[in-house]
Amino acid sequence: MWTILSILFMATIRSATPLIFSALGGTFSEKSGVVNIGLDGMMTVGAFSAVLLSYKTGSPWLGLLGAAVAGGLFGLLLAFLSVNFKANQTVVGVAINILAAGLTTFLLVGIWGKPGQTPNVEYFQPWGPFNIFTYIAIALVGISYFVLYKTPFGLRVRAVGEHPAAADTLGIDVYKMRYICVIISGILAGLGGASLSIGSISLFKEGMVAGRGFIALAAMIFGKWHPIGAALACLFFGFADALQTISMTLGLKLPKEFLYALPYILTMLAVSGLIGKAVAPAADGVPYEKGKR
Amino acid sequence: MLKRVLVLLLVLTLVFAGFTGCAPQPAPTEPTPQPTPTEPTKPVLSFGMVTDVGGLGDQSFNDSAWAGLQKAGTELSVEPKVLQSTKQDEYVPNLGSLAGTVDLSVAVGFLFEDAMKTAADQYGDKKFGAIDISTDLAKANVMQVNFKEHEGSFLVGVIAGMTTKSNVVGFVGGMDFPLIQRFQVGFEAGVASVNPKAKVLVNYTGAFDNPDKGKEVALTQFQQKADVIFHASGACGIGVIQAADEKGFWAIGVDQDQAAVSKNNKVLCSMIKRVDVGTYTIAKAYADNTFKGGVVELGLKEEGVGYSDGGNNLTPELKEAAEKYKTAIIEGKVVVPVTIDDMKAFKPVEIK
Repeated sequence: MWTILSILFMATIRSATPLIFSALGGTFSEKSGVVNIGLDGMMTVGAFSAVLLSYKTGSPWLGLLGAAVAGGLFGLLLAFLSVNFKANQTVVGVAINILAAGLTTFLLVGIWGKPGQTPNVEYFQPWGPFNIFTYIAIALVGISYFVLYKTPFGLRVRAVGEHPAAADTLGIDVYKMRYICVIISGILAGLGGASLSIGSISLFKEGMVAGRGFIALAAMIFGKWHPIGAALACLFFGFADALQTISMTLGLKLPKEFLYALPYILTMLAVSGLIGKAVAPAADGVPYEKGKR
Repeated sequence: MLKRVLVLLLVLTLVFAGFTGCAPQPAPTEPTPQPTPTEPTKPVLSFGMVTDVGGLGDQSFNDSAWAGLQKAGTELSVEPKVLQSTKQDEYVPNLGSLAGTVDLSVAVGFLFEDAMKTAADQYGDKKFGAIDISTDLAKANVMQVNFKEHEGSFLVGVIAGMTTKSNVVGFVGGMDFPLIQRFQVGFEAGVASVNPKAKVLVNYTGAFDNPDKGKEVALTQFQQKADVIFHASGACGIGVIQAADEKGFWAIGVDQDQAAVSKNNKVLCSMIKRVDVGTYTIAKAYADNTFKGGVVELGLKEEGVGYSDGGNNLTPELKEAAEKYKTAIIEGKVVVPVTIDDMKAFKPVEIK
């Protein structure tokens, strides 16, 4: 019994790690009032850049940096289109996902000359039971909570997300705050992608993110736009995943199809609001126009 | 100004998105058909193959199939043709256009089932070879070669059963369907034959292309004390072997010798499937005029399956035991189960 619990625990944490990064990213972006549907695409470019940099330099640390930069650039793109141009944030997010999938597939063939997957690269060997990403993720949950709720910066972020006009009259630069938060969001999602490609395994494969960006988005909503809530929700989804893996070896007589679908079913339940009422920041998804009443 | 920038950005986005659809396709290598010296008594031979999405250079399935055809080509002094598929949508057109130019077209992989049916009807006067299509298409012009994966898996099961110290071994499958279940039951039967006390943990990842899932499953099995894990899960196996490298248990490779995949030489052995023997058999039957439609199964006896020791990890005792069981299977003393129901009725036979 004790072994099973410990297996379940470790598998839960491992599955939750990439989700935590992206869910925290989503929290930053949406707290400031920008919906980030593009998390999945940002994870994809993060995963790809991490492998590319590690492949070229032989250092997974530079891979980590590359993932953060690539994710951040995609965040910048989202910020540019949705803050400056007031484009529909959902549409821009979807465009980012498509762009990321297309761009990585294109570069994969361009760089390695073969579609599908890259060769193995240097990656982060596990330290103790987990790899380095898990420890970073746990630390980031605390840091995000502190930044968003205990610092003047966090107060401004939340103000901009709730009532940008009021924040503006008090002299807070709404655009700047949103830019910063969306870029942070991209950086975090990029790291989440890297935790798959140079943490869990050591290569990039088309479609390897497998909708995790959307699951992270669901976790953020389920966690009520709060860093700690979002992290707990990620653990919950990780648990569903771990349960799926382990129930087969335990010989539970559940249909396999149901087990494969379990994490996604839970995601739908969470997003459809069946579990508790979730309230988004008031100005979430609404572009801010200066001087408009 | 801003509008212009926006338009520019949109155009860029579209251009990039367009790349998804048209990743540069490797120019299909179409070797110029060598003018075969035709003797009036002999018919002109011509054959070729269509790869699946893996393409040539996959160091696995397609390369192996191509090697078999090339061997036949050299013997018969015919230059075989090859058409590469980069997407599944290309299976039907590729197979059709190949059949339009050569007499015998070979396709590899079970995903060709529908394409094969279409092409075989369309080109009723041409001959076709298929590897791994398990359903009997019942076409007079299609020769199907399948493998007795259960027999090869049995032998690696024997090796795993003798190697395990914890008496727990693992099996990681890709998708849960009859072809992959053959690997599972063959393996289970092999383990049970030499080590009745050993428990076999069975997991299916639900995919063939998800290495991190493969690794996760292998780590879970390792935590449940498995110390030898056999995978039949395509690219998920990369994750299984990586987990073996990290944790120090043994992995058993599949289809090809996978010793090179492991950094720390933790691939105990590999269950190999001689796709080259398959394509060679088809080409040979065609050249000898013994070609006929239907399913041919290649097992240990035909050297269609077997095991390999690319990492030099097998001790003489292990090899000896595997060879003993190999002989017993070929002589029919051991009947390896094929389905999960067969496995339930399987009684281990001890071979002295």
